[in-house]
Amino acid sequence: MNILAKERKVRELESKIDALGSEEVVNKMKLEIENYKQEAMTNLTAWDRVLLARHQLRPTAKEFINYLCDDFIELHGDRLFRDDKSIIGGIGSINGNIVTIIAQQKGKSLDENLERNFAMPHPEGYRKSLRLMKQAEKFRRPIITLIDTPGAYPGLEAEERGQGEAIARNLLEMSNLTVPTIAVIIGEGGSGGALALGVTNRVLMLENAIYSILSPEGYATILWKDSTLASKAAEAMKLTSYDLEEYGIIDKIIKEPLGGAHFNKIKTFQNTKQGILEELYNLRKFTGEELRDTRMEKYRKFGFFQRFNYDNL
Amino acid sequence: MNNLVKTFENRRNLKSKYKKARTISNTLSSKIDVPKGLYEQCPTCKETVNMKNTVDNKFICKNCGEHFRIRSIDRLKITVDSDTFVEKGHGYITLNPLFQDGYEEKIADYKEKTLLDEAYIYGYAEINSVPTVIGIMDSYFLMGSMGSVVGEKVTKSFEYAMYKKLPIVIFTASGGARMQEGIFSLMQMAKTSQAVLKHSNMGLLYISVLTHPTTGGVTASFAMLGDIILAEPNALIGFAGPRVIEQTINQKLPEGFQRAEFMEEKGFVDKVVNRLELKETLSNLLTLHRRNQ
Repeated sequence: MNILAKERKVRELESKIDALGSEEVVNKMKLEIENYKQEAMTNLTAWDRVLLARHQLRPTAKEFINYLCDDFIELHGDRLFRDDKSIIGGIGSINGNIVTIIAQQKGKSLDENLERNFAMPHPEGYRKSLRLMKQAEKFRRPIITLIDTPGAYPGLEAEERGQGEAIARNLLEMSNLTVPTIAVIIGEGGSGGALALGVTNRVLMLENAIYSILSPEGYATILWKDSTLASKAAEAMKLTSYDLEEYGIIDKIIKEPLGGAHFNKIKTFQNTKQGILEELYNLRKFTGEELRDTRMEKYRKFGFFQRFNYDNL
Repeated sequence: MNNLVKTFENRRNLKSKYKKARTISNTLSSKIDVPKGLYEQCPTCKETVNMKNTVDNKFICKNCGEHFRIRSIDRLKITVDSDTFVEKGHGYITLNPLFQDGYEEKIADYKEKTLLDEAYIYGYAEINSVPTVIGIMDSYFLMGSMGSVVGEKVTKSFEYAMYKKLPIVIFTASGGARMQEGIFSLMQMAKTSQAVLKHSNMGLLYISVLTHPTTGGVTASFAMLGDIILAEPNALIGFAGPRVIEQTINQKLPEGFQRAEFMEEKGFVDKVVNRLELKETLSNLLTLHRRNQ
């Protein structure tokens, strides 16, 4: 039974409560549900976390921004081609810290998803975020990116306009920024499309978010020629927050309430806000050059290999 | 410059048995991808062609001008002056970070087949007597995919060029990031992009030459960040592969989509250069930039 089936059962039990009359029975029932949740929703598998990261009710970037910022002004367009709606960006203040926020936005309904292109950005989206980052650097604002995308859009027009170049340029320019940068992976972190907003001083990750080189389905198709083995692939890919923290790819895990972020959105937002504020405070003591250099040092170390040093033989 | 070459020569001669085994690749005989016999059918124009002529013609079909995929060692032979290449960055061992079944065997198999450590080699070389650092990806080694070792070696080649204050030329040929190493492969994209940045900040020249095929994570990192981007005719260049795009948009792609000429037209490649003229073009560009350095 995967996490979605368990969740359905919880909802089913909850819906029964109203039908019950006396308070005593209700309380007993509530306790029972809590117990079941405790039992069923801890020790999630990697595939469970994939399902949670893609959950229909999972809070999207806009909801995070609404809670994080007292005021948020969205800015549009890459000044070259058009405005990409799958990435939103703008200026806001978090507890008085003025920051630039760039986020990948999924839709809540099918219509909105079509408008947002399922949070799969085109090159102009990445060029817009680069423009806003440069702007933030000019005015010495820290940058916060919220990552939630299945990947960069693999379409005809995206290729024509240079998807590869846009991502590569972002990777290079984000490394060169002299303001504090923080990435928060709030849902799906899919391949280069996520990394293009994720080369930052600190990378935070929600407990049930995922971050991987491609989707488990794609992985199973490429390596095992069978997309139905996705749940097995999810285990093999080591894409959960706990695995990635162990590898040092991400810096910190932001805890989610039991059962996933959507069970208690406010709690999720609070934890996220606290995490961001802590990191903003920690990064405040560095100069621009230090921020750039430490960021580069961090990424320089990534890789898993051995070197047989013949010079010492 | 002669002193530098001499130092390299001496150092090469001094190296231990491990190094000796590796230099074999420098003297390997020419091998070509498609054909085995004396006369073979060209996969593009279906004409029977003399393979010896094709090899002499820098692996281009004399009939239709198709540029065959070539091994890194052959690329080296047709690009740099003979006996000037000194390979750097030996001894990297590919590990299996995610404990994938069969990955180690696969790597061992490719190592044996290609006589390479990994899908990338780099070193010092001269092109028409202009010194440069040269890096070549080999699409025969697991589709030239970029894992931890390839990413590290690419980064090292930029660092070596910075240390020597030399320009760098990289021939890319890759299917993208290596899936078997998961998130570690993804991080190589950031790492190599930063290497380009550091090299560029020193005012040094980076020429990337896109050869068939350059896709995925390599396109989305160092391949597209060259100061000057050249491409070989008809090379496939793109982020998503053609099959993935066709599945996404549910229609056939137009003829010539994502090919080098298309990318030149769209403004993502500086110049499409025939392989016969590539060496001249490179040495011209390197000479033009030498004066400014």
